Amino acid sequence: MGYIEKNIKDIREDFPILSRPGFIYLDSAATSQKPFVVLEKMDWVYKNLNANVHRGIYKIAEDITEEYERSRKEISGFINASESEIVFTRNTTESINLAAYMLLQKLKRGDRIVTTLLEHHSNFLPWKKIAKIAGLNLELVKVTSEALIDEEDFEKKIENAKVVAFTHVSNVAGTIVDVKRLARKAKERGAFVLIDGAQATPHMKVDVSNLAVDFYVFSGHKMLGPTGIGVLYGKKDLLEELEPPFTGGEMVKEVHKDGQSWNDVPWKFEPGTPNYVGSIGLAEAVRYIKKIGIDQIETYEKKLSEYLLENVGNIKGLRYAGPKNNRAALLAFEIKGVHPHDVAAYLDMKGIAVRSGWHCAQPLQEELGFSNGTTRASLYFYNTFSEIDKLRTALEELVNIV
Amino acid sequence: MSYFFYENVMDHYKNPRNKGKPDSYDTEYGDSNPTCGDNVKIYIKIEANRIKKIGFEGNGCALSMASASLMTEMVDGESLDNALKISEKDLMNELGIKELGPNRIKCVALPVKVLKMAIISYISKQNS
Ligand SMILES: Cc1ncc(COP(=O)(O)O)c(C=O)c1O
Repeated sequence: MGYIEKNIKDIREDFPILSRPGFIYLDSAATSQKPFVVLEKMDWVYKNLNANVHRGIYKIAEDITEEYERSRKEISGFINASESEIVFTRNTTESINLAAYMLLQKLKRGDRIVTTLLEHHSNFLPWKKIAKIAGLNLELVKVTSEALIDEEDFEKKIENAKVVAFTHVSNVAGTIVDVKRLARKAKERGAFVLIDGAQATPHMKVDVSNLAVDFYVFSGHKMLGPTGIGVLYGKKDLLEELEPPFTGGEMVKEVHKDGQSWNDVPWKFEPGTPNYVGSIGLAEAVRYIKKIGIDQIETYEKKLSEYLLENVGNIKGLRYAGPKNNRAALLAFEIKGVHPHDVAAYLDMKGIAVRSGWHCAQPLQEELGFSNGTTRASLYFYNTFSEIDKLRTALEELVNIV
Repeated sequence: MSYFFYENVMDHYKNPRNKGKPDSYDTEYGDSNPTCGDNVKIYIKIEANRIKKIGFEGNGCALSMASASLMTEMVDGESLDNALKISEKDLMNELGIKELGPNRIKCVALPVKVLKMAIISYISKQNS
């Protein structure tokens, strides 16, 4: 037995919401639950240390600034980046939009952007938007019927591409993409590479120093942190070179009527008062994850994932999206003759929280032939094998009713 | 209790009434729910300001499809004025549902909205 299995009871007690009687939370891909330490830390900051960050001369203004920058250090260490490479945003979506607007200055009419059919809408629509603004061509790499990136098509499309953006882990199919290898291929062709790590950083070790990427993005709220804090990791040289697309306070050194000088990186990309309490909360979440051990999380979730597939994946009349192995601990599926919302409503009656619909990845689901969308159960390390059993029992009951 | 176990819901869902497009009709209207993708289209044949025939097509959860089916039954033969008075609450009463959350109420509201739009577009065409 691994660390998590041995301590699962204590771990669950760290999460206040998990003590709700009869509540089975299987929607962590949408957002994770939060442990006491994160909530208490943020509460403590608001009660004892609240002042706007940067430039205050009084004591707590200096203390909060130090705490804020310490949170950046903690988070940068978690993905093995340097502090100056961590730009705080609201979430993955804002990070991708920001990166797209940053890259806009490097692109010209006719240039090609490549993303894939595996993407969440947030790694598709921002590219579509800047393509429209600047007259760029956007191409989507195909996926196989098991929702793996079609590598032949990938090789073809990245040729001469200026930007290549793809996900690390699919939020619908659970596909774990070999980002190390694919990013290198794209980088070798001279493209800017962005990886959507929203479903990866909560669950597995990510080391950006080991990846040929220019940008790596993720959301705090999916990894035990609060809502409203996300990260855009960018390579330092590139961040220094790029102009900030958005301007205002905090991001400048000097402003005169006829000119200004931008602040250093990463602050020049953080106009306005940042969500400092959020980033401090996220740093606390990172400490909590480190205490459990990201390797332990990865190992335990691998077992959950296999158990989920073996016990739920084979229910009669159920068809799931994605590969048969090496997948994240989530399962998006349809049940023959039952609308995905009805599946979710039935499970809700049993106290099981899942999500249904398009999961912000309509092109992928349509490609895979799920014309009404799917119902998705997504797990985190605080979930248990017995919760998967309960999911299976409820789904079997449902299949018998309809 | 979940709407799933209301007999009326499952009955209308499994055996929808007035499903399909009638051979002839005077007005039609379709719409969808962006949050969940439910869609409903309604066709109405009208004679002397009464609903002579009504049919629906659609795709969605049990609640939205049952609501559409039941609604067509309730307004069949009614005057346009009466049909315009139907509300989500009426459908819920008829289905035996007391309460629905803000997301699920949209499933009941969709067919009602589509019916009204079909009638209104007919009336405004007549008047112009
Ligand atoms: C793969 C992936 N990318 C992007 C996002 C968007 O994240 P957020 O809503 O936090 O911006 C999500 C979350 O739903 C996701 O699963």
